[in-house]
Amino acid sequence: MLESIISYGLAVGAVYALIGITYNVMFTASRVFSFTAGMVGMLGGVLGALFINRLGLPVWVGFPLTLAAGAVIGVITEIITVRPVLKSIEQHLYVLSTLAFALMIQQFTAIEWSTESQPFPRLIDIGPGLLDQQFWLPVLACGAVIVGLELLYRHTLIGHAFLAIAEDNYAARALGLPEQSLRMMSYALAGMIAVLAGFAGGEILLAFFGNGPMLNFYGFVPVALGGMGSNRGAVVGGIALGLFQQAANFLFGGIFASVAVFVVFIIVLLARPEGLAGAVAVRRV
Amino acid sequence: MDATTRPLARARPLAPRWLGRMEALWPFLLLGMAGLCLPLLDDSYLGVIATRACIYWVLVSALNLVVGFAGQIAIGWVALLTLGAYVTSVLTAGTAIPALPPYLALAIAAVSGAIFGVIVGLPALRLRTFYFAMTTLGFATIVTQVALAWRGVTGGGIGVPGPVFPEPFDSRWGFYYFCFGIAAVCTWMTANIAASRFGRALVAIRDAEVAAEAAGISKPSLLMIVFLFSGAVAAVAGGLFASLQTYITPDAFTFDLSVLFFIAILIGGRGSILGPLLGTILLTVLPEFAAPLVAWSTFLYAALLLVIVLAMPGGIAEMLDFRNRRPLEQHREIAPRTDVLPRVLARSGERAALTLQGISLSFGGVRAVDTLDLTIHPGEVHGLIGPNGSGKTTTLNVISGYYAPQSGQVLLGAEALPQRAPQRRAGHRIARTFQTPRLIGGASVLENVMIGGTIAGRGSFVESLLSLPRHRRDEAALNEAAMLALTTVGLEQLASVRADRLQHSELRFMEIARALMLSPTFLLLDEPAAGLSAEEIRRLGALIVAISRQGTGVLLVEHHADLIFDICDRITVLNLGKVLAAGTPAEVRSHREVVNAYLGA
Repeated sequence: MLESIISYGLAVGAVYALIGITYNVMFTASRVFSFTAGMVGMLGGVLGALFINRLGLPVWVGFPLTLAAGAVIGVITEIITVRPVLKSIEQHLYVLSTLAFALMIQQFTAIEWSTESQPFPRLIDIGPGLLDQQFWLPVLACGAVIVGLELLYRHTLIGHAFLAIAEDNYAARALGLPEQSLRMMSYALAGMIAVLAGFAGGEILLAFFGNGPMLNFYGFVPVALGGMGSNRGAVVGGIALGLFQQAANFLFGGIFASVAVFVVFIIVLLARPEGLAGAVAVRRV
Repeated sequence: MDATTRPLARARPLAPRWLGRMEALWPFLLLGMAGLCLPLLDDSYLGVIATRACIYWVLVSALNLVVGFAGQIAIGWVALLTLGAYVTSVLTAGTAIPALPPYLALAIAAVSGAIFGVIVGLPALRLRTFYFAMTTLGFATIVTQVALAWRGVTGGGIGVPGPVFPEPFDSRWGFYYFCFGIAAVCTWMTANIAASRFGRALVAIRDAEVAAEAAGISKPSLLMIVFLFSGAVAAVAGGLFASLQTYITPDAFTFDLSVLFFIAILIGGRGSILGPLLGTILLTVLPEFAAPLVAWSTFLYAALLLVIVLAMPGGIAEMLDFRNRRPLEQHREIAPRTDVLPRVLARSGERAALTLQGISLSFGGVRAVDTLDLTIHPGEVHGLIGPNGSGKTTTLNVISGYYAPQSGQVLLGAEALPQRAPQRRAGHRIARTFQTPRLIGGASVLENVMIGGTIAGRGSFVESLLSLPRHRRDEAALNEAAMLALTTVGLEQLASVRADRLQHSELRFMEIARALMLSPTFLLLDEPAAGLSAEEIRRLGALIVAISRQGTGVLLVEHHADLIFDICDRITVLNLGKVLAAGTPAEVRSHREVVNAYLGA
């Protein structure tokens, strides 16, 4: 039992962590929380199953196509739901615009794909037990994304530009950084990370339109608790959440797990609205 | 003396308000008539749709106060519908305890809805918008899961029969009239709240939270009452919903319903009753008459929401707001009437001074204010000047409680004012204006000013809900006081105009009128002359002096040296958070460093 708690917990936790990172990438680029994070994650599973199972494309075509679709949806998110409302960000209209867009994605998927869970293809078959793709693929994807982001932010010019925008938007623009295209690239990157999460976790979560809200919530929990914008918090929190959820699931049943996660989430946020690792913002009158 | 007894220029407040009422009332009367006559068509399918629309509106009418008025993004409100439906059904079906009569079950559902409304709403007090939206979403998911898992009570996936109300509400049209009646009562109650100081305060929390605090509005208690009310009403709607369904399973409460409720409000327009009512009817009825659309309905709602947010944030209500499309007079003049002031600011006897003792406050490594001593005397205008970043606004924010000083204290007479409690300054009758006017753009100028007098009301939320005499007295008194304050600053002609149509200079005077509603003992003005013409500045100066002569102590933060030296009784010059010079205008004017630094003479 312990083995399955850990293997399932790590796998699901890695998916949550990736969705958390998706929130972070969009947030650091624009100070916007987007409801599309989990929805695009859901799409990763659906598109993978569509390209590889239904259309019969080989993995090396289906996977890049899925990533490209994620990037395109990310860019559309930025253009349609974020850019028009950034001018007056203090009105929080992005909550509504991204919610609307996320719902459109979800409904479209439900109608055009299926309202039933569909199987996700087995991509690499190297063995049973822990060698099963569904356990190691999400963890591998999560690790790859963390390493990739680290390399991007630390060692490339465009990564430095991302950090500059995140640190001080006005100053970065004053330096002549193309803020708008950087933001668009961030959203494309976020879209790719989100579909990667859904793709890697496809075998566990299946290709199901209803995964969107679930991923939205469980991907947000680690980010909210770990502090907005902190990828380390997202990964640690996501893995911990996955393990806790699976343990509670096995020991007490699914309902207890959901209620427990929700209660902990509310209590921690009420005690520390900025998250366990976040800093308190000074209020301006 | 004849100045005060002379009849006021215009704007007897009652007549236009009464007319406005009629103008606002007829759509409701029309809808009510249509609703009453509907059974004449004797179309049973239509009856089901109409009943459903009534039930949805019961929920939406109260949720409207949360979403439309207070601006809280509660997207998971279907959870309370589910709760109410299950509590009513389980209690009447007798699966857990012996069966209860349906009315009692509905009442118990309302109580449990009120409790859970507060629990769901609680996070709104601490969390930012997106976080709160997430918590309501999470709650909605959990309620459905519990309904599925708790088989012994809820019947799990098999479900439980809904309540049947006794005669005469057991027939289809009887039940319709029952729901219609409750919907009508809910409309009336929420319209009462909307037109009360509570409704205005909710909108103020949404659009100008800082100004709401300065007016003494307590966000936590107000929001809690609204969540309580909204939860109770949603649960009642749930009970009715279960009865209409005759049999409920967790599948009946999809997230799509939540989306419908939420979007109906936003399509209707925030801060309106009629708009969300039309929105609810539209969203309930439309898919029924366009069968191919049913599968796509939620997609279309979402698309509609996106369009509304991006293109028409005001929703249906703004489309119907013909009054505010009439052009305003182009060349308007602000003519303050200082002769009315004695009726606004009642002179009282001995007044204490406002004293700052050794106030220090740093932001990071920057000392914004450094061991500052300052005394503002009643009946005097005290100017506070200094270069940008010298700590003027910080000082003002310490006095009005937005910042807590790291050392030192603010005394009113001998009493120390509580720190970090801006909403408690109004009770001490300390009023203020802001460097950038904090207005409620969608509300009328009169309503904006009435916000300032919120704490003067005596009636409770329930009294406003039911429009009891004390509520009506409050409203009449607030209305009159606000008209008087507007007359004082010279804006009474614009009382019924939407505030966001005003010019910048008019907003500055509007903020002063709002501050006057507290009949303040101390008035803090943060750069009131910024953006005003020379003539307007002269009138502003006369108004400020007249206010101080009524016994009010005025603290004036300003960059216009002329205005400061013209009207101030005392001046304090700040530099780098410290007092550089202090004294009468003459003393300060001859101070060498001040002359070098600012006056340049």
